[in-house]
Amino acid sequence: MHIMEGYLPASHSLAWYLASAPFVVAGTKRVRTIVRERPEARMTLAASGAFAFVLSALKIPSVTGSCSHPTGTGLGAVIFRPSVMAVLGVIVLLFQALLLAHGGLTTLGANAFSMAIVGPWVAWGIWRLGRSAGLSMALTVFLAAALGDLSTYLFTSFQLALAYPDAVSGVLGAMVKFGGIFAITQIPLAIAEGLLTVVVIDALTGKVRDADKIGVLAGEVR
Amino acid sequence: MRFSRSSWMLLGVAALVIVPLLMGGEFAGADGQAAAAIEEANPGFTPWFTPIWTPPSGEVEGLFFALQAALGALIVGYAIGRRHGRAQAEAERDGPTPPETQKS
Repeated sequence: MHIMEGYLPASHSLAWYLASAPFVVAGTKRVRTIVRERPEARMTLAASGAFAFVLSALKIPSVTGSCSHPTGTGLGAVIFRPSVMAVLGVIVLLFQALLLAHGGLTTLGANAFSMAIVGPWVAWGIWRLGRSAGLSMALTVFLAAALGDLSTYLFTSFQLALAYPDAVSGVLGAMVKFGGIFAITQIPLAIAEGLLTVVVIDALTGKVRDADKIGVLAGEVR
Repeated sequence: MRFSRSSWMLLGVAALVIVPLLMGGEFAGADGQAAAAIEEANPGFTPWFTPIWTPPSGEVEGLFFALQAALGALIVGYAIGRRHGRAQAEAERDGPTPPETQKS
């Protein structure tokens, strides 16, 4: 989902920076509040960032014959609400932009918006929906993480389509083109991310009852 | 022997990685394919900004990807270990209790 350095027009780069900035500011405040008020949750917060670090480093082959990577942002979004992932996601993107020439500084705002904002908010929305519909913890986490991952890639396709609309079919046609590259490749990876997110939650909580797991991780239930 | 939920899920993840490999393909990065699609649709396109630092070779790039994954895995592993250590300490303090039954 990384838009490569210099591949967005300067006006788009700036606009996505401006769009992402308030989420990162709000996320920073939220992270500070959590660290101050819930010492129990510090370890989980670090693990949520670390999970995104691991998963976004893993380039995985897909059925389309190309490679892509999961995002790992659903875990922290479900446990701490999505705002914290804006901060943790930007750290991951900065590491990759500076040391791996993956993504870039001019496209950081746009990549942050898709991976650190849209993905986590979709994941959290699905989590809330699933919980109020009475789905089990494991199934809801799986759906939240998988669809959050997929939404990041759909949003990247949308961002590229906005910048490079098709000469004939316009933004919609370009969205289909970029979606063909990103979204279909991503489906098996999104499923893998959903499964891994449940595995990590189980590993982090041990024998806690399923219904209490997220609360325990968030430092709300003991 | 009963497999835990995690074992089944990890097997599923392994299958999701192995099946595409068996199906074959070039497995180029999707990011690069998107960039190629942009260049194809806009002849003469050149990015207006280039990365300030690029790993000098695929090997060095691999090093940083491995470093990224290792750092993350280290922290996740530490968090898992701490939880288990604390659960054990609590169990010893509270004395023997019947094992909790867990629905999965």
